[in-house]
Amino acid sequence: MTGTDIRNLILSAIALGICALLPLSGSGYWLSIGVTIAMFTVLATSWALFSGPTHYISLATAAFFGVGTYVTGLGFETLPFWSLIGIAGVIGAVLAALVGLATLRLSGVYFVIFTLGLAELVRQVITWFQNKSGQKGLYVLTDISEAGIYWMLLSLATAVFLTGWLIGRSRLGFALRIIGDDETVAVHSGINSALSKVLLFMVPGSVAAMTGAILAPRYVYIEPSLAFAPMLSFQVVIMALLGGAGRLWGPLVGVIPFTLLWESISSNFPQQTTLLLGVAFLIIVYALPRGFVGLLDDLRHRTRARMAEGVA
Amino acid sequence: MDILITGLLLGGTYALIAMGLNLQYGVARIMNLANGEMLVAGGFAAFWMYTAGQISPFLTIFLLAPLTFVLNWLIYRIMLQPLVKRAKSRGQLETDSILATFGLSFVMVGLMLSVFGGDYFNYSYLARPIVIVGDTFALNRVAAFLAAVVICGALYLWLNHSRAGLSIRAIAVAPDSARLVGINVTHLAALAFGLGGAVTAVGGALLSTYLTLDASTGVIFTLKALIIVIMGGVGDVRGTIIAALLLGIVETLVASLLDPGLTLAAAYTLFILILLFRPQGLCGKKPT
Amino acid sequence: MSNTVLSLRGVTKRFGGLVAVNAMDFDVTEHQVMGLIGPNGSGKSTTLNLISGALKVSGGEISLRGTPITALPAEQINRRGIARTFQLVRLLPSMSVLENVVAGAVFGHKRRWGQDARRHAETLLARVGLEGKGHLRVGQLTYIDTKRVELARVLASDPKLLLLDEWLAGLNPSELQIGITLIKSLRDEGRTIILVEHVMDAIRSLCDTCVVMASGTKIAQGTPQQVLSDPDVIRAYLGDDDV
Ligand SMILES: Nc1ncnc2c1ncn2[C@@H]1O[C@H](COP(=O)(O)OP(=O)(O)OP(=O)(O)O)[C@@H](O)[C@H]1O
Ligand SMILES: [Mg+2]
Repeated sequence: MTGTDIRNLILSAIALGICALLPLSGSGYWLSIGVTIAMFTVLATSWALFSGPTHYISLATAAFFGVGTYVTGLGFETLPFWSLIGIAGVIGAVLAALVGLATLRLSGVYFVIFTLGLAELVRQVITWFQNKSGQKGLYVLTDISEAGIYWMLLSLATAVFLTGWLIGRSRLGFALRIIGDDETVAVHSGINSALSKVLLFMVPGSVAAMTGAILAPRYVYIEPSLAFAPMLSFQVVIMALLGGAGRLWGPLVGVIPFTLLWESISSNFPQQTTLLLGVAFLIIVYALPRGFVGLLDDLRHRTRARMAEGVA
Repeated sequence: MDILITGLLLGGTYALIAMGLNLQYGVARIMNLANGEMLVAGGFAAFWMYTAGQISPFLTIFLLAPLTFVLNWLIYRIMLQPLVKRAKSRGQLETDSILATFGLSFVMVGLMLSVFGGDYFNYSYLARPIVIVGDTFALNRVAAFLAAVVICGALYLWLNHSRAGLSIRAIAVAPDSARLVGINVTHLAALAFGLGGAVTAVGGALLSTYLTLDASTGVIFTLKALIIVIMGGVGDVRGTIIAALLLGIVETLVASLLDPGLTLAAAYTLFILILLFRPQGLCGKKPT
Repeated sequence: MSNTVLSLRGVTKRFGGLVAVNAMDFDVTEHQVMGLIGPNGSGKSTTLNLISGALKVSGGEISLRGTPITALPAEQINRRGIARTFQLVRLLPSMSVLENVVAGAVFGHKRRWGQDARRHAETLLARVGLEGKGHLRVGQLTYIDTKRVELARVLASDPKLLLLDEWLAGLNPSELQIGITLIKSLRDEGRTIILVEHVMDAIRSLCDTCVVMASGTKIAQGTPQQVLSDPDVIRAYLGDDDV
């Protein structure tokens, strides 16, 4: 570990400590926004761990998330809550591995299409099962408070950042950067690209399922169309890309402003959220291809260049 | 038998929609995820013309086709061509076009929501029974199928016999060599994109005679069209038609024997099987 | 022969109706530099693609030190000790020069990681004449330097066999001399190399033996002097010029 590593670690720990104090402020409104931000931070950061280096756009977040909520919904009466989070994580990872094995050997388009429909597929199957058994939705009545959910998400976020940091320093992380740059070079340098991608895809799969498991008590009542709402997948993609998927902390930069914007649009113009989503996508493609992080990098380069000129 | 014919009737319209997407993906190399919204827009137009002016959907398509052609042509020229130009690799173009067409699809849904609201829309046109080999079918389904067959046939002939059509197929098969023999790829890509969009919108108008649509159902049709194109093989007209009919039949089977709520699950199962066992498409040759 | 590194037996590749490589047979022995030459489109790159696993053969067998590698995926072949360059240089654009070389050292035949891999990469950069350029972005390099980076990357896993696809192509006359000297130094280290080349000077001064291809078929084999005076070879090249 270098000196900057240690400095960054200390700064992050302080920031985390400050975030953890939010529930003590006593404001229900801000706590609820805090939960949403924490949730999207977890989802978008783990999404970018995979999609940042590989450039594969995964739209499966809602599927994994929904599976996680159902794990809690079905098991909260019989099993302790923490074990449900673990189970959700394992199921999410296994599901991600299966999806990855079927699609990641092929081109990116297949992957997007497959993940796009995955949430709908799982939703239809669960609805069908429920119809057969005559059941409608599930009540998730627990004594877990909003603050509890918030702290759990914050811990999960910490775990995701640590995982991302470790992957970034690992052979797997390096392999994925090579694959993202040039897959042909990667395989001719001895990298098993399919395996690396599948392994890494298990991270967001598992994390999204755990997030769903943690958030289930917040919904109180869950049914397929709620748990598998496809909008979630799109929000995550936008936030991650808006911030910049090339850096570990990039998505965070997108999550905070977009969550606030989304909250205010959906409470003032509930009909216009889809339009907002569309415009956000277009802005990312045409104006911010590398996200806010890319913009910051460019600015920094430019000022540095100007300073160099000034000296010369 | 009953199921088989209903499935075929549905598959015929699917074929038309998937042909539209295949033109766009095969030639213009743009995976257009706003395809389903173009379809819904076509359906909206037919609905509106019928309820407001009592104009038959089968007439509306003659107005709809040129309009949506121009619209899609413009979309390609203004939105997508810059992406093609700036892309450094196939993968980057893929990612960019996926994001841009997603954006477009959400903008279209948003606009349709604010114009028409979130309600389902349907109208009753030619909802008379007709008897085919002993079973009864709705006349509108049969009429829509026939129209789809005529349009698919015309498209097929055009692609195989006209100069522009042949050039378009040449691009789909070998874009680099096409450029070498003096085919203007950019120009034809825009043409194919416009044509593909028009075909899809017409397909939407035909579907609206017997299916209930709403502003946000587009994505389901995008998915189905994508699955058909992949099953049939990119750039392969015959494969597309076979895959579309197959999907129509499988969906109808699942809907009538299991549960109508499982049609997408059925389509997906088909898709997974194809991915696992024939990723080059039903009729495609094994990649060398 | 106990010191055969690579052998091809009846190796064939078809693209649809086109037979790009037709029943190729040859052996490469240890410490040998073998030139694979022939007119444009004769199937040289395709042969390298088959050996390195980028393409699957339509028929025939390839073995590395007696073990068949025909059916292995490319990454396995690389791990067993065959490393290649590409006819059109392929570097990793988002990485520094040093990282580009490290990329070759981490996952291949001989694996290194961390400081060890970095030091190894630095040595190799110096070896190919890029000392002190490790921190540069690959976009800032001159053409010959990109070729050097690629060479350092394939050397980084200590391969048993190097496949160089027209590594000297596109260099100007003075760069060409530098390039030939560099490859000669690899030969002097005792490396085993298959060299696909069009530059006749390079073939004469570098190759111990040559295989000549025309339209996918081997038409001659022998020392550079022998094959370059072979009437069939001259006809193949002249015929190509006439077209
Ligand atoms: N992926 C492919 N699909 C179809 N045909 C191919 C493919 N790759 C190569 N070919 C064809 O195979 C033949 C041999 O090509 P190859 O690239 O091996 O030639 P080469 O000897 O390396 O030529 P050059 O000196 O120009 O590099 C050519 O006719 C080429 O068009
Ligand atoms: Mg070549």
